[in-house]
Amino acid sequence: MSRAFSPKVVTANDLLTGEVVYLAADGRWSPRHADAELLTDEAEAELRLIEASAQEDRVVGVYLADARPGPRGPEPVHFRETFRTRGPSNYPHGKQAEGIPQT
Amino acid sequence: MYRYSEFDHAFLAERNRQFRAQVERRLSGALTEEEFRPLRLMNGLYLQLHAYMLRVAIPYGTLSSAQMRRLADIAERWDKGYGHFTTRQNIQFNWPKLRDVPDILDALAEVGLHAIQTSGNTIRNVTADHFAGAAADEIADPRPYAELLRQWSTDHPEFQFLPRKFKIAITGSPNDRAVTRAHDIGLRMVRNAAGETGFEVIVGGGLGRTPMIGKVIRDFLPAADLLPYVEAILAVYNMLGRRDNKYKARIKITVHEEGIDRIRSLVEEEFATIRPRYDGSDQVLLAEIQQSFAPPAFVAKPVAAEEEARRDPVYRAWAETNLTAHRRPDHAIVTVSLKAHGATPGDATAAQMRVLADLADDYGYGELRISHEQNVILPHVARADLPALHARLLKAGLGTANIGLASDIIACPGMDYCALATARSIPVAQELALRLDALKLEHAVGPLKIKISGCINACGHHHVGHIGILGLDRAGVENYQITLGGDATETAAIGERAGPGFAYDEIVPAIERLILAYLDLRQGPEETFLMAYRRLGAEPFKAALYAREGERDAA
Repeated sequence: MSRAFSPKVVTANDLLTGEVVYLAADGRWSPRHADAELLTDEAEAELRLIEASAQEDRVVGVYLADARPGPRGPEPVHFRETFRTRGPSNYPHGKQAEGIPQT
Repeated sequence: MYRYSEFDHAFLAERNRQFRAQVERRLSGALTEEEFRPLRLMNGLYLQLHAYMLRVAIPYGTLSSAQMRRLADIAERWDKGYGHFTTRQNIQFNWPKLRDVPDILDALAEVGLHAIQTSGNTIRNVTADHFAGAAADEIADPRPYAELLRQWSTDHPEFQFLPRKFKIAITGSPNDRAVTRAHDIGLRMVRNAAGETGFEVIVGGGLGRTPMIGKVIRDFLPAADLLPYVEAILAVYNMLGRRDNKYKARIKITVHEEGIDRIRSLVEEEFATIRPRYDGSDQVLLAEIQQSFAPPAFVAKPVAAEEEARRDPVYRAWAETNLTAHRRPDHAIVTVSLKAHGATPGDATAAQMRVLADLADDYGYGELRISHEQNVILPHVARADLPALHARLLKAGLGTANIGLASDIIACPGMDYCALATARSIPVAQELALRLDALKLEHAVGPLKIKISGCINACGHHHVGHIGILGLDRAGVENYQITLGGDATETAAIGERAGPGFAYDEIVPAIERLILAYLDLRQGPEETFLMAYRRLGAEPFKAALYAREGERDAA
């Protein structure tokens, strides 16, 4: 028996700006983690990863990151992913400066 | 300073033209990311956590005022108004956009700067003593040799696909400020019994996952044999270095596995083959390079006014920590701290870069240096000009008097920027420096090197910090391990792990306990932290770190 699959989101960086983006259910790339599609099925997650990785004209560095459901949409689980939703801690740069909600 | 020849300019322009076309092909879809990635890395462009990052080499840490101004322009025009100076004497821009990078590279090329070989399994930026050409304790300026190595290694066809990256450091002083024993090759200028200048060649040092102090492969290498001998080392490594395992691919592992004696005999054999192929043209080139490193036309000025200025306690505190003896008694080497308490170590705003460039022009013969300790140096300042210089530094927020003290912390970008990091470094450094400032203790504590890395790759040199801090991910939580007794100088040593790590909010109080324990343990102010550690061993420091609440209160 394999372990239970923990839910995932597909995330990447924007090709032109490098900004962190998330794959939404309608196939759009959003800068907001909460817009991401929460993938609860392993096979579905793998499929979405393959599809997303093919979008080389939009994104780079596509991968699956652990996430969990939250009141406004998926939320990150690991602190690294939390940092990616907002930007660095030493300056108000990145998403936190652009009024993008952190989750 | 070395000035680019027509060949250099043409080479860079062509290289940048190629990269511009590569970016266009990536954007048009003609190149896949897999194809493009090695091309962008060859030109210093990384993808980090929140954005791209461009790493620009500052060869042997030397910058002209014009180059510094150009870095300021780039920070302002294409980035977020600042740059980050690194432990390898590079500058990193954290927010460039892909389309802008070819323009940035062209802007750099105009002032003789580039990002070539700041990534990849190549010979990286050759680093040097940041006081080179100015230090009172120097045998000779090592930078002409560093420039020779830079020209030789740039685009060297044999060494573009080494088993792993390769870092060379060089110093002309017996007091090692270039961490030569923690590099793939370390070069220490020495004199032999006949008084001739040569190099002690050290090989197989390095930090990272498997920290190692380099071993001496040649006690005395005649200076004229430098290129063929370094080439022989690289050739042996290129053949023997392990390509099967990334974590065992650095030359330190090759030296460790094969033994220094076997490596030495292989290198000598290779050297015997290579040496006759050198027809002397490298020495002709070296002689030309040496001319461009002629010292500036020093202006003699009386020093009495500077001595008088030391009555001002603010100036005096700064003069005592931030100045180093120059080879001319009427001059001084000024280290400008990029470690204001609470600021990001190594960061300078565009405005600060311009102030530094202006100060270099007004008081420092137009020269600047970047240290691996992430500070900026004005290598030649007449002592008479120091009070005026200090006043202008204070105004620009650059007058912090803490060089060599506990808040002069090295910190890698950590998980605030770096895609490889396992924990944050910068906020730990910021909070620690603020706490040290609040305690008003660091001048009493004296020389203390604290170095922080956000992962085992050790860009923050934590292994060679008197106190090293390593940020890790322990089951999804940031955790910080402490090492003690490391040393980056000619008496290099790898620090020993103190014990279990500390949580993010426990690490600053833990370091505070260590420092207070040292003050209790030392025999007097002349016994530094490192000396006390060497005398007493780790135990009393561990006791301070891991004492439980009750015991601490009782003590």
